[in-house]
Amino acid sequence: MSTYEDYKGQEPAWCPGCGNFSILKTLKNALVDLDIEPHQFTIVSGIGQGAKLPHYTKCNTFNGLHGRTLPVATGLKLVNSDMLVFAIGGDGDCYGEGGNHLIHAIRRNANVTLFVHNNQIYALTKGQASPTTEKDTVTKTQPFGDLSSQFNPLALAISQNCGFVARAFAGGPELPFLQEIMKEAINHKGFALVDILQNCITFNKVNTFHWYKERVYRLEDDYDPTDRVEAFKRSLEWGDNIPTGIFYRNDRAPFEKSFPIILEEPLMRQRFSMSETLDEMSEFY
Amino acid sequence: MEYTIRIGGQAGQGLVVVGSSLAKYFSRKGFQVFTHKDYMSRVRGGHNFYQIRLADHPISSSRDRVDILIAFDQETIERHRQYLSESGIIVYDSEESKKEFTGAEFVNIPAASIVEEMEVHKVMANSVIMGGVLALLGFNLKIYGEVIGDIIHKSDEVIETNIRAAQKGFDHVKENFSDRSSHELPDLEKKDQMFINGNQAIGLGALVSGCKFYAAYPMTPSTGIMNYLGSKAKKHRIVVEQAEDEISAINMTLGASFGGVRAMTGSSGGGFALMNEGLSLAAMTEIPVVIAEVQRPGPATGLPTRTEQGDLNYVLYAGHGEFPRAVFTPGTPEQAFHLTNKAFHLAEKYQIPVIIQSDQYLADSEWTFAKFDTDRLLWQDFRLRGDKLAETDNYRRHAYTENGITPLAIPGESKNLVVVDSDEHDEDGHIIEDAETRNKMVRKRLFLKLPQLQKEIEPPALYGAENPENILVCFGSCLGVVKEAMENLAADHSLAMLHFSEVFPFPLTDKFDYVELLTSARQAICIENNATGQFARLLRSETSFKCQVNINKYDGRPFTLDSLTGEINEYL
Ligand SMILES: Cc1ncc(C[n+]2csc(CCOP(=O)(O)OP(=O)(O)O)c2C)c(N)n1
Ligand SMILES: [Mg+2]
Repeated sequence: MSTYEDYKGQEPAWCPGCGNFSILKTLKNALVDLDIEPHQFTIVSGIGQGAKLPHYTKCNTFNGLHGRTLPVATGLKLVNSDMLVFAIGGDGDCYGEGGNHLIHAIRRNANVTLFVHNNQIYALTKGQASPTTEKDTVTKTQPFGDLSSQFNPLALAISQNCGFVARAFAGGPELPFLQEIMKEAINHKGFALVDILQNCITFNKVNTFHWYKERVYRLEDDYDPTDRVEAFKRSLEWGDNIPTGIFYRNDRAPFEKSFPIILEEPLMRQRFSMSETLDEMSEFY
Repeated sequence: MEYTIRIGGQAGQGLVVVGSSLAKYFSRKGFQVFTHKDYMSRVRGGHNFYQIRLADHPISSSRDRVDILIAFDQETIERHRQYLSESGIIVYDSEESKKEFTGAEFVNIPAASIVEEMEVHKVMANSVIMGGVLALLGFNLKIYGEVIGDIIHKSDEVIETNIRAAQKGFDHVKENFSDRSSHELPDLEKKDQMFINGNQAIGLGALVSGCKFYAAYPMTPSTGIMNYLGSKAKKHRIVVEQAEDEISAINMTLGASFGGVRAMTGSSGGGFALMNEGLSLAAMTEIPVVIAEVQRPGPATGLPTRTEQGDLNYVLYAGHGEFPRAVFTPGTPEQAFHLTNKAFHLAEKYQIPVIIQSDQYLADSEWTFAKFDTDRLLWQDFRLRGDKLAETDNYRRHAYTENGITPLAIPGESKNLVVVDSDEHDEDGHIIEDAETRNKMVRKRLFLKLPQLQKEIEPPALYGAENPENILVCFGSCLGVVKEAMENLAADHSLAMLHFSEVFPFPLTDKFDYVELLTSARQAICIENNATGQFARLLRSETSFKCQVNINKYDGRPFTLDSLTGEINEYL
């Protein structure tokens, strides 16, 4: 049995009051609930405040480049397929710099769980607009306000038939709900996107903790997450009322299960014998 | 004895099928064969040619002079007629070229009407032409059936029809052009020879080195490597994945290598440009990776299907920050094979990126070889796995060691955690910012590894005279043509050549003092397929030796033997 203490990592370098603390704590609780030991999973993270998370817990870690978590996670999952693979990054990381990879991770559907720390701002680089920043928000680098429309990650994912699509708010009373969603996402066999709304106490003065708290509500108990059209409709809700919960899920086959050569044994465990390949020379005679 | 056959026409007419079947046929007959492709970046139309040179002695380049021109259209006749040798022949189908040519050099084979009479698919016209060409050269059609079977991978019935079509062309020539027997080739003793191009050799090298993961985005002229590994993926259990872009390709490759397998990616210059941040990440995280960079002329999209050695500086310096890497520039498919093997070996041994740089000319040229020496292949599993890993306590991914190399553990296979970070990090792999740790990590990653790596690098190969007055200097794909040019001129001049196939770290002089050799010569002539003489400058910056003459070619075409020989001769 793993305990909460097993996941003690380095001292976080986040601002006091940052939503990242809640996400970290909730993820640890979910891991304890699922009895996953530190060596059994890898967090692939990008660059940003949220992406520092793996250092603040205990796990295999690939803290790579800004925006490039999903390709790394895909490569890792394909060769080390018993490993649980999580990808963690901010809204800038996953929806901006790495946006193209998100589309293709959805298409591939490798069993990778993506947690997006969505604070609707670039925090690490001190307050520029991100793809999820509210339109017309003025920042130092958006002097005329953010003129691009706000990106809707859930609608994108559902439109592309993503295996698992959820949203949660990392705040006070909603943390047990986030924990349940994290567990469902981790257990889902295929690509899972969990968009986690999080306050940035320093740089996002619009979408504050209270802003979220007043607006989020949970999808109804009788909501059917297998109805894609309904899921798409609900994903368009934003503003005074922001739905949270599991919007959509399906049972598409995971990518790595479609490679017959890795079904029986993960690739990194298959022993290589050079002599078995030398016959291939004969093709060139 | 030697012979050059050039097959020209439009894309989509099957030139490469005709060319490679003929070339393989000659190789099986025991000839030395060298081919090269000149094609446009289009799927249909345009003008393309495939050239085969065959000889009864070793050859390693293409010639300008043509002995048989196989023209699939009139444009081929117009463009290439001027290169015909004195007793040269032009094989054509007057119906296809819409024009009848008179003159002793023309051999008209009505391939289109023959296949119409046979009531078979019109691509069979290519086999009719091939049969005719083999008749002109005095061959019979025995091995032809086997070769065509190898190349077209079709049903027995299709192969049988091809053979029948070839027979028709063969008979047509025997009946109507028996006076052209001066073109008959000698009957050589049949030999088992390899016949392979540069891309295939890199793919084969990766396969025998235990490459288990290849991710890439298609880009000419590197795609052949991916095609080759793709064709072996099922049988040899390799994950071959087409990434959404080259940024993804290298990051997937690093994820796979981190996960515990030997992994590789490849592209041409433009795609390699997108990989640069990933290259730097490989260095920071000390993850082994092999990258093939198959050049085409730039800048930007450049000449997509043509050749150049213009990216040498780029691969030497690509990636931000300071870190060790190895760069190999093979000159032949055989070198490409062995250097790919060495790349995997060194990448894993030192946990660094290793780049194999090729170009379109090497990628697409086919050569004959007696046999690749598989006894020379390197194989050692440097990973920390199994019992050894299980017995390891408190593993630290970047622990300081005497030689800077920390055992490379496989994640998930023990309680040990594997932590890597693109930020500067401590021995555990966690983010740091203090100066002391930074200094120690630079020492570990760079200063401790680099001298060891440099000792692994082979000096240049010397061909020709031992104390030459004139030395030809080259790297990468120029090897073959420079060597033959040197041999052409060696009778009248004191001449040798140096070829560099391992260019970074730059080779030491302890095994062979090539700098001394260069300094004692009257002049050194550096020959490069680029505009600015990048290798000459590298040589100078590493050794202080300045080549007296530079010969550069940057029109997107490879050097050919006749013109290069002439150009060198002007300086002798
Ligand atoms: C290639 C590259 N471009 C830019 C940066 C600078 N950078 C680091 S994090 C970041 C944005 C952070 O925003 P987000 O991903 O939302 O993370 P947050 O800090 O808000 O958690 C940027 C632009 C970088 N590290 N790499
Ligand atoms: Mg953010």
